[in-house]
Amino acid sequence: MTHPNAAQVIKDSAMLKQKEMIASNYSKLETAATDGRKVAATFVPGNLNELIMCFDMLNNLPEINAIQNGMRKKTGGYIMEAEKRGHSEDVCTYVKADLGMIAKGNIGPDGQKLPAPDLLLLSYTGCFTFMKWFELLRDQYKCETAMLHVPYQGDGKITSNMVSYVVKQIKEEVIPKLERVSGVKFDIDRLRENLARSARAEEDLVWVLESAKAKPSPIDAYFGGVYYIGPIFTAFRGTEDAVEYYRLLRGEISERLARGQGPVTPGGDMSHERYRLVVEGPPNWTSFRDFWKMFYEEGAVVVASTYSKVGGLYDLGFRHDPDRPLESLAEYCLGCYTNRNLPARIDLIEKYMDEYQADGLLINSIKSCNSFSAGQLLVLREIERRTGKPGAFIESDLVDPRYFSPANIKNRLESYFQMIDQRRAGGQSAARAV
Amino acid sequence: MTTTTSELIARCQALFDDLNFTYAREWKAAVPGRIVVGYMPFYVPRELIHAAGGLPLGVLGGGDQLEVIQGDAYYQSYICRIPRSTIELGVTNRLDFVDAMLFPSICDVIRNLSGMWKIMFPHVKSRYFDVPQNFRDDVGGDFYIHELNELRDMLAEVSGRAVSDDAIRASIALYNENRALVREVYAFRAREPWRAPSAEVYLLMRAGMIVTVEEHNRMLREYLAAAAKETRPRRDNSRVVVTGAFCEQPPLNLIKSIELAGCYIVDDDFMLVNRWERSDVAQAGDPLANLAAAYLHNSGDTSAKYEPDQAKKGLYLVEAVRRTRAEGVIFASPSFCDPALLERPMLQRVLAAHDIPYIAFKYAENSGQMQPIREQAGTFADSIKLWSNP
Ligand code: SF4
Ligand code: SF4
Repeated sequence: MTHPNAAQVIKDSAMLKQKEMIASNYSKLETAATDGRKVAATFVPGNLNELIMCFDMLNNLPEINAIQNGMRKKTGGYIMEAEKRGHSEDVCTYVKADLGMIAKGNIGPDGQKLPAPDLLLLSYTGCFTFMKWFELLRDQYKCETAMLHVPYQGDGKITSNMVSYVVKQIKEEVIPKLERVSGVKFDIDRLRENLARSARAEEDLVWVLESAKAKPSPIDAYFGGVYYIGPIFTAFRGTEDAVEYYRLLRGEISERLARGQGPVTPGGDMSHERYRLVVEGPPNWTSFRDFWKMFYEEGAVVVASTYSKVGGLYDLGFRHDPDRPLESLAEYCLGCYTNRNLPARIDLIEKYMDEYQADGLLINSIKSCNSFSAGQLLVLREIERRTGKPGAFIESDLVDPRYFSPANIKNRLESYFQMIDQRRAGGQSAARAV
Repeated sequence: MTTTTSELIARCQALFDDLNFTYAREWKAAVPGRIVVGYMPFYVPRELIHAAGGLPLGVLGGGDQLEVIQGDAYYQSYICRIPRSTIELGVTNRLDFVDAMLFPSICDVIRNLSGMWKIMFPHVKSRYFDVPQNFRDDVGGDFYIHELNELRDMLAEVSGRAVSDDAIRASIALYNENRALVREVYAFRAREPWRAPSAEVYLLMRAGMIVTVEEHNRMLREYLAAAAKETRPRRDNSRVVVTGAFCEQPPLNLIKSIELAGCYIVDDDFMLVNRWERSDVAQAGDPLANLAAAYLHNSGDTSAKYEPDQAKKGLYLVEAVRRTRAEGVIFASPSFCDPALLERPMLQRVLAAHDIPYIAFKYAENSGQMQPIREQAGTFADSIKLWSNP
């Protein structure tokens, strides 16, 4: 009989904890009507979970439902259903996966019926599609909708005008609607407590993400990263559960780090780190495991990713701040990755390339996501130019299985890894020549 | 001697065809200190550019005449055409006389293009121009006045001279006149569409994206006077509203094809900027506050603008149909256009609820093959006639 080592136990605890949290949120959603709980639907970027919690409301995130359904291979049918109902083949597949799911009975990823939202909290942050998505949902549910317009950082900075605009909207538009829908009076001290817990979890998350600076990296910051960001990007930021999850996770990763272990993958522990990559863009979800396998089988580890910053960018120092509750919520919304302008996104990637000692940048360009994808070819050029490291570009989709072509992607990745090898060999011979 | 519509439209066509923007180049060169400020769809306050002594230049892509070579290297196949042809215009130095570029908040493609412009053309001032989605004066209004002030500062920096309130008021007056004339042309066409063919109206409006507002006002007046005098054959066409074409422009041939197929276009959303404010912007008082108030309370509707009231969603299209006595709607949207294509099902639901027939197709600015569109529009025109004369 083998005895699990301490790290294994902690890893299991963190994973189990997350599973429990997700399952419990879905089951709360399922019984929301009978329990008399009101439900807010909102987006991952600009997610105001700490505020929603102040009104005892549940948080249902359509993007997360689409992801979960994608991983369970249900989205192909949902997308076809939405297209049959007149939604264009050209638009974001999260939207169509959501609308298709609703059309087919609104059965959530765990097989239980999802409740109709009582409030659509339209955090309009970093993506144009969000506005239309919730107008489409409002068309279906005819429910209260609160628009929170978060200005884009066009010049790569947050101005005081932007912050005060967002704060005013939270005060004048969002909070009154949350109060009206929930029947609960807003209590700013409750918000402060939630924000304090967020900051604690954020601290541990950043530690975990930055552990990838080590060689070998104890984590995969993209494929593994999507699990690590799960709680903080969704219905748990600001909860004691999230604090606990990140504490456990940090414990697990620090043990791996101490032992010099690589990341855990579905194929077991990665023993030999051959390539260190930075990845830009969301992953494909319908073939998530196959996609990941193409990396770990080759010894490729993603040491930093931009996708893990989409629901909040904490590694540049931002933390939710209980002393400036509404301002810090505004700054959080303004600072999400896709709300930063393209030059700022490029600067961030360059910094990751440097600080995480990456061998190259891989862009997974998502067919139906203009927010990420428009401009990515320039991102690639710029990073190659600035760092001298090779980049690669692959194309897939989020949750539409028709646009994930495994053979093409695998070929592309294999030649990319060869390119990195050649570049290294070239670099070494050049060094020898000197 | 009075100008005829064909003379006037020939001039508009020449302006439209000139992808080197000779008019704007010459205008700038004529007087030292003049600036040219490019802007993309759907809306920027052109008054501020004018008040800064600038020429607002609408950059609406490359159409079907520009060969896009380098621009394609910046975009994946699943992104619309206008950003790539705009980049092509930039990298081929066709916009090298433009001092500043404005990228309005219409979608993520143009939003990201604003950042690309900063990287690719670092000597050009470029600004993402945000507009409020909250329509309260003390919330969205305050934010917007700040944005307008920042834009005013940027333009003052580019032109090297302060942009005074009085100058803005004078520009508002000119643009009020422009919008009133544009509305008049649209109303004239809606009344008697055979006397103002849509391709002509389109070219006339496109000229307004290039020439000075003073000159465009003259052109609009001349057109109205000339068109009213000329007699043209009246066809038994159906009356349609075209919607969804507010950014990447349809090829001129597409507009002609719709009419040739038996549809009079009686309203459209090709260039919203010239009719965005529905009536005059107030001139007395703080001009930026007046521009903001007009945006919040008296502007048009389009996909990029949030509709806070669910009950009103999409009614703007129904109103356009009623106002122009249209019999149907053509959704003409650029391929891969998020704003047009995400909005479309909501608009279609509203039209269906009001028993207004519609058809939909997609295009690209460089679409060459018009036969399918002509057939679709022709069938639509016939079916409208059948419905209305059972
Ligand atoms: S960010 Fe991309 S994937 Fe997410 S909703 Fe917007 S378009 Fe869709
Ligand atoms: S055509 Fe549509 S998607 Fe393309 S830039 Fe214009 S608004 Fe955006």
